[in-house]
Amino acid sequence: MNLGGIPLTYYLIVSAVLFTMGALGVLIRRNALIIFMSVELMLNAANLAFVAFARHYGVYTGQLFVFFVITVAAAEVAIGLALIVAIFRNKHSIDVDQMSSLKG
Amino acid sequence: MDFTLILFIILAVTAVATAAGLLISRNAVYAALFLVLNFACVAIFYLLLGAPFIAMVQVTVYAGAIMVLFLFVIMLLGADKLPKGEVLRWQRPLAIGAAVILFAEAAYLLVLRAQSNALLFDPGTAENSMDSLRAMASMLFGQYLLPFEVTSILLLVAMVGAIVLTKKEKGAQGQ
Repeated sequence: MNLGGIPLTYYLIVSAVLFTMGALGVLIRRNALIIFMSVELMLNAANLAFVAFARHYGVYTGQLFVFFVITVAAAEVAIGLALIVAIFRNKHSIDVDQMSSLKG
Repeated sequence: MDFTLILFIILAVTAVATAAGLLISRNAVYAALFLVLNFACVAIFYLLLGAPFIAMVQVTVYAGAIMVLFLFVIMLLGADKLPKGEVLRWQRPLAIGAAVILFAEAAYLLVLRAQSNALLFDPGTAENSMDSLRAMASMLFGQYLLPFEVTSILLLVAMVGAIVLTKKEKGAQGQ
């Protein structure tokens, strides 16, 4: 199916590049907030692939999955940021290298 | 080369560049703003793919709610201080120029283009019409009704969890 004149592969390439950059961000950054944003970037890349495939096969299931992924991402952000705030209260730092001890 | 492909390439380059900006920026506030721009690019990709509802959800939930939450937490933690004073001196005249251009564009469209009755797209045949939304809604509330209800429980659990995690413990004060 034609995706408005753009091959499906192009969308998948963009999605793969964004996902890789998100994974890279998780690996190289030490700021917990930036790691979290990189996770969001990876979720977005996956969503882009979902919508591109949904268009390719002419079904709406992919779009519905993106809807659910966005809902889960919203819940994840709420919990994750609450955890970061709680950790910052204890440690006064959000550097992930400092979060090495299991006990207080 | 048609218009859609040019638009796609511009968007792809912007999306990758903002993702790179997120990775290399030292300041968490700048990283968050790069991420907002990235989400906007992905939203326009969704429009190109004929998914207007997902594009709007992307803008309101991701670029709106989630990023505002991120910025709140960045400000709350105060981990990254913004540099004092106006660092980008050239920004103000540029912003004024851009505003003038935007106003001229809007006035041109309103005054000149509105007189002719030609619509930009025919609503009946446009790909971003309400037909896809109607089909999606009937699937969401038909075949996928149970997952939809489960997400509401998930959101409730997330809400309770976030409140419990960030609540100051009363017992800790007394000890």
